[in-house]
Amino acid sequence: MSASGPRLQPTIFELSKPGRGSDKVPHPPHGALDRLPAEHRREHPAALPQLNEPEAVRHYVNLSQLNHAVDTGFYPLGSCTMKWNPKVNEWAARLPGFAQLHPMAPDDVAQGTLQLLWELEQILIEVSGMSAVTLQPAAGAHGELTGILMIRAYHASRGETNRTDVLVPDSAHGTNPATATMAGLRTVSIRAAADGGIDLEAFKAALGPQTAAVMITNPSTMGLFESRVGELLEAVHAVGAMAYMDGANLNAILGRFKPGEAGFDVMHINTHKTFSTPHGGGGPGAGPAAVGDKLEPFLPVPRVLRDGEGRYRLERAGERPASIGRMRSFVGSTGVLVRAYAYLRTHGASGLAEITDDAVLAANYLKERLAGSGLYDIPFPGVCKHEFIASASSIKRKTGVRTLDIAKRLLDHGFHAPTVYFPLTVDEAMLIEPTETESIETLDAFADALIEIAREAESDPETVTSAPHTAPVRRLDEAGAARNPNLRWRPAVGDWTPCPD
Amino acid sequence: MLASLGMKSVDELFADIPEALRSSPLRLDPPESEQVLMGRLAGLAGRNRVDLASFLGAGAYRHFSPPMVDQILLRGEWYTAYTPYQPEVSQGTLQSIYEYESLIAELVGLDVVSASHYDGAAATAEAALMTCRATQRGRVLVSRAVHPHYRAVLQTYFGGAGLEVEDVPLVAEGPATGTTDLADLERRLADDEQPAAGVVLPQPSFYGLLEPMAEAARLTHAAGALFVAVIEPVSLAVLAPPGAYGADIAAGEGQALGIPPQYGGPYLGILACTDSLVRQIPGRLVGMTTDIDGKRAYVMTLQAREQHIRREKAASNICTNQTLLALAASVWLASLGPHGLRDVAALGAAKAAELEAALAAVGVARAHEGAYLNEFAIQVPNAPAVHRELLARGILAGLVLADAVPDEPGLADALLVCATEVTTSDEIAAFAREIQAALALTTSPVGAA
Amino acid sequence: MVPADLRYTKDHEWVRVDGDVATIGVSDFAANQLGDVVFVDLPKAGTKVEQFSTFGVVESVKAVSDLYAPLSGEVTEVNADLASKPELVNSDPYGDGWMIKVRVGDAGQVEGLLDAAAYEKLTAQA
Repeated sequence: MSASGPRLQPTIFELSKPGRGSDKVPHPPHGALDRLPAEHRREHPAALPQLNEPEAVRHYVNLSQLNHAVDTGFYPLGSCTMKWNPKVNEWAARLPGFAQLHPMAPDDVAQGTLQLLWELEQILIEVSGMSAVTLQPAAGAHGELTGILMIRAYHASRGETNRTDVLVPDSAHGTNPATATMAGLRTVSIRAAADGGIDLEAFKAALGPQTAAVMITNPSTMGLFESRVGELLEAVHAVGAMAYMDGANLNAILGRFKPGEAGFDVMHINTHKTFSTPHGGGGPGAGPAAVGDKLEPFLPVPRVLRDGEGRYRLERAGERPASIGRMRSFVGSTGVLVRAYAYLRTHGASGLAEITDDAVLAANYLKERLAGSGLYDIPFPGVCKHEFIASASSIKRKTGVRTLDIAKRLLDHGFHAPTVYFPLTVDEAMLIEPTETESIETLDAFADALIEIAREAESDPETVTSAPHTAPVRRLDEAGAARNPNLRWRPAVGDWTPCPD
Repeated sequence: MLASLGMKSVDELFADIPEALRSSPLRLDPPESEQVLMGRLAGLAGRNRVDLASFLGAGAYRHFSPPMVDQILLRGEWYTAYTPYQPEVSQGTLQSIYEYESLIAELVGLDVVSASHYDGAAATAEAALMTCRATQRGRVLVSRAVHPHYRAVLQTYFGGAGLEVEDVPLVAEGPATGTTDLADLERRLADDEQPAAGVVLPQPSFYGLLEPMAEAARLTHAAGALFVAVIEPVSLAVLAPPGAYGADIAAGEGQALGIPPQYGGPYLGILACTDSLVRQIPGRLVGMTTDIDGKRAYVMTLQAREQHIRREKAASNICTNQTLLALAASVWLASLGPHGLRDVAALGAAKAAELEAALAAVGVARAHEGAYLNEFAIQVPNAPAVHRELLARGILAGLVLADAVPDEPGLADALLVCATEVTTSDEIAAFAREIQAALALTTSPVGAA
Repeated sequence: MVPADLRYTKDHEWVRVDGDVATIGVSDFAANQLGDVVFVDLPKAGTKVEQFSTFGVVESVKAVSDLYAPLSGEVTEVNADLASKPELVNSDPYGDGWMIKVRVGDAGQVEGLLDAAAYEKLTAQA
């Protein structure tokens, strides 16, 4: 490890020294807590770390440098759309007018944010081809739950409470079946057709009066446009069921395919994927849900409303009795939505269409480079959308090197690995999503690295199977972590140290 | 690039979309340059009023945030990374989550802390669902002193899952008015036909009052149910932690830990539980382990609970969480340290006491008698009108309770007000002065018209 | 390595019948497919299990699998060692990695299970 390279850090608790810390807030007056009844008082203080500002800042800066991030390098994590996060978005979200506004502030003092949210809804309505949008869901999976609960409420409003089945392709994100369960419904898993697409006959056989909904990801988790989706939607609606679209892959179809126009009843949109809001090391996201006419009455409360004079307000409790209710506290993850709004305004109609064109072009270019190498299997060789599947199945047979090893070796080349072993339906899968914001030089360098690793798998397999070699740590004992979980540091018991009043 | 694919037009890449499914063109405004965009956004932000003297809390609190917190958050290595799927190049995020879990574990006095949930409401709903999974029962008792938004979210989640939520009312008279009615709770727990899975009480309550948590936990456990404490983390600097009064699960909103109010989010759902419930807790967990060289390292663990592996049998559908906000909370706690955190809590209590005294001096009394930390309800005739009048005078006089909890008897003419370390004595004096004036106006025949 | 004296299900559980007591575990093939086993969730003694219905769950780092009872009966004993040493399922699946013992209700059910040769054939196809 070089002196300037990443430095592993002790825990912040180990850096703590009693008595350290800087005065960030004034001292409270004497007796500030005298009125607190004894039975409610904390006996031992929480053993939080005590650090001066320089030690604390160095700890976090050094920790940050152990991360791979979009700001440090290529991040082709399929299904996650790790595109560039424009810096102006961060500036926008930190404007005091947005950042310091209390979520229960009266409508009169929140007109700027309410207008932004209302306009964002209109943009998302246009992009999705739907009739209305709720900005409340905090993430994609939360949007899924919102959508499926609305579908459930719709069926219940028609007295069809016997509709309990949710049909989900076996290639779907795990959130789809997990969502159905949370909504009190039953998942019926449908096997994908041989070409990776929807198996229309299998769906038709499973559809019936007991079907509440189908959940379709389009483009699919294989990066393929579901060309049979039109026929599927007809069949779904013919039995009185509803069609949910998982919008995780919306980046591939902006301006080319509007789910609402095609007949989907509800979808969610991941602002942290398609609309560039940062992924934050795992979150926050936002998962607005867009609906057609039939589901609009069931949208969660509160909606943002605009009157004839251009004044904005939040819906009041009880104003729309058919609503499924609240999905979270307050209005939504507004700070995330400000960023998405900035991104959408920057791009406008033509810019959004270009995003999709460039994302799909980049994926196809990369796919052809790998196909041309003859080293990787490309199970679905036709045109892909914004991402594609490569497989190390042949490499494994020949050399014993697996997708996992290739993923780890990519880290040595300075790239993040693609999504691996997903979808579950393809052997030794790598789901590669380059996004539209990468240069051709980056795409070529990544393809070159994958090709070099495949050759290395033949000439020197051990170097690949023992990778990574240059990352801050090597492969981890994940089994040990799960067998004997250590989920927290145990500092010495805290005690109040003398503190001048 | 197109040429290398043997294509003339990018349209060929979309030939797989059947004609009938192709969409109409996007009807949106043209692209905007960064300069123009910044002007537009500054204009919108300027239409919000954040210059008011604010006494509004009700689940989202203003606190001082040292500049180092946001400067750390602005490092791209944090905010432009995603879920640490490749732990070897994600040790920063992983260790920061482990440290977050440890910091919150210290505050709540429970050993298992999830990497984060969407917000306090979602965390509370997940906590209630945990009690049902763990006990194999389907009925949860929720105090009406819990934040009304959280109770509403619980209803939404439980309706979906086919489980039952039952309100526990508040004491209507005497010194304990406004806190959870434990006698009523005890009666509801005695229903052997339909045993309760869990009981949910807040500390402090939505009304700012301190609740009898230890006694409620005792009653809950006697009935074989699990006890969920809905907490506010800053208060835990000075209040007894859930672990000390026997809570099995703690859930709550972490926004107060240095996260700006930003009109509702992104916030931080805190969820913690005892060791014995570790397999019931939803959401990511990070553990300490070693790499093959024996070096200390961190990794996501116990993943078989989660949706990407367990699919329809998962504990929850949560995937994306609030990791960056967990980091914000950690850095904020580290910047303040244990004494700074206690000072924040104690200063809030001192400012609130000052506020109570100043309001009492102009004839505005509390709505409840019980002990509070830094938030309390006041009785104000014509509360909505007074609130509006004060707003015109530059004062955000807390929350109109008739709007937030219209079904709560006795609070039709009340405001919920709070103070924190950022509340100034000048603001308190102005509030007292202006409410006196506003009351004079709104109770006179002219003002009522 | 498929012990000849055991019977198997197509879901990869094995059963050894000794009088009216049946010992149940998962095969070496299943343990390999799962990878490093990190947790085994088993029923309490006294629980009734039904043939071919789930009686527990086995988890590895990246996978989870239901366990199916080869026979109906009442659980008489649970392998308590697996709580602290789930890796026994990988290292000794037919021995110390056993999971539950069941008092057999209907000994005839054994006849419906695969013998070693049939199970070996099944796993060779997988």
